Amino acid sequence: MQLKSHQECTDKIATVVFTVLGYLNIVFVAVICLYLVISGIPAIGQIGFVDFIFGTQWASTASEPKFGIMPFILTSVYGTFGAILLGLPIGFFTSVYLAKFAPLKIKQFVESTVDLLAGIPSVVFGFIGMLVLVPGIQYFFNVPDGSSLLAAILVLSIMILPSIIKVSIGAIEAVPEEYELGSLALGANKVETVYKVMVPAARRGIGVAVVLGVGRAIGEAMAVMMVAGNVANMPDLFESVRFLTTAVASEMSYSAGLQRQALFSIALVLFVFIMIINALLNLVLKERKGKK
Amino acid sequence: MKFKKTFLTAVCACAMGFSSMANAGSVITDGSTSMEKVMGMLIESFEGNGIDVTYNPTGSGSGITAVLEGRADIGLSSRALKAQEQEKLVGTDLAYDAIVVVVNKNNSLANITTEQVKDLYTGKITNWKDLGGADAPVVLIGREAGSGTRDGFESVTDTKNACKYRQELTSTGDVITTVGQNENAVGYASLSAVNDTVKVLTFNGVEASEATVLDKTYKLQRPFVFVTPKNKALSKDAQTFLDYSLSDEAKPFIVKAGVVPAKN
Repeated sequence: MQLKSHQECTDKIATVVFTVLGYLNIVFVAVICLYLVISGIPAIGQIGFVDFIFGTQWASTASEPKFGIMPFILTSVYGTFGAILLGLPIGFFTSVYLAKFAPLKIKQFVESTVDLLAGIPSVVFGFIGMLVLVPGIQYFFNVPDGSSLLAAILVLSIMILPSIIKVSIGAIEAVPEEYELGSLALGANKVETVYKVMVPAARRGIGVAVVLGVGRAIGEAMAVMMVAGNVANMPDLFESVRFLTTAVASEMSYSAGLQRQALFSIALVLFVFIMIINALLNLVLKERKGKK
Repeated sequence: MKFKKTFLTAVCACAMGFSSMANAGSVITDGSTSMEKVMGMLIESFEGNGIDVTYNPTGSGSGITAVLEGRADIGLSSRALKAQEQEKLVGTDLAYDAIVVVVNKNNSLANITTEQVKDLYTGKITNWKDLGGADAPVVLIGREAGSGTRDGFESVTDTKNACKYRQELTSTGDVITTVGQNENAVGYASLSAVNDTVKVLTFNGVEASEATVLDKTYKLQRPFVFVTPKNKALSKDAQTFLDYSLSDEAKPFIVKAGVVPAKN
């Protein structure tokens, strides 16, 4: 009897602790959202929503300051899109190979290398990009300076590889074996089976991989700051550009007054962007699932 | 008229009385944002004497006004006082912020003039051959908006808000690394931060060194000035802080902040 009540008591305590910890997550998200909105809204109001979002000039410390963040928004969109464009095919084919074709030893080796890649801090990516990639671009494309959108895209595409590969492998491996066996029994060869049966069945998981990749690419600041040049130009492949993240990071340390508030507003815009991207992709994935 | 004057004096006395009451054991400094680093160093090393020093980074102009209006004990200005301001205020040089123009080691240029810097950074000259160098495009490296070094460079060379940067980097180290790597690059940095991976240009024929900064023959510099009222004595605490800041004891901390301490 005593023992039972003791167990019950432990159970209750455990339930309370885990529930509190679970809710704590929600509290974190809520506090961050609230803080961003509260500190981001005033500057947008002061500058004017249209001038802020669609303005093409950013000169935060000029005597007549201009706070237009269209260059940052476009740069972030182009940069992320470029990184996915390069990173997705590489990551996708790597994961198909590792999940279905590679011998066990190679698979284990490559997988641990990918884990290692995921563990490299972004400042190291930035540093190597600065020392190798930037001079490389300058040399190969014969431009005056290699710090550019292209350099940022290349760095980002490598940085998003681990998340794409890992999640895609998981998705492909989660497809029931019967699908594969059934397809093979119907006379399809292995390549056909993988690309026409397994991959479509794993579509949702691969979609998640893309979301994670987009999330990482659009939110990355440090590595990008070191290779992109950070001038508020409209995006161009070989032009020095500033992302939404780097716009916040580069000016935050010495900012004051409206400039500082505007930086919070940029963070808010970035936040909204990430929410929209997540929501959109979720919607698309759900619709597809519904059709099936 | 006489009544008005008496009234004003009374108000002033009242305000002064209040402010000195509020300042018991504390010193208010107000002014240049560029002096943030050096003030941080001074305040941090000064603490322990029981006197609380606060620093409001508002800008040189606001700092000078704050002293005039009695809202601050010591104003901080990153430019010399104008003749008109000197009628009522005293400026004491704390340190000199010297900025050097750096280029890649393979650049044949050795000297640069004020005009050339201006033409380079405003985009008038875009090729090194116009300055007698190789036929290669100029890559302008600068600092981010809000940086004290950028503010200093742009105000001394009169290129404020007109610089056509190719890269805006967030630290002196990044500027040096980038200039060290790119043969076409030109950048600027604090005198204290440069190392031998880049070539330091002489400015108007004068080499930057502590000596040329102090005798003011090196022109690419600006003073960091403590501004105090002329005909009103400082509070005891403010005087203590001022004396400390100008003492030999504080010099290592001023050097640490990347500027050249003034000789007093």
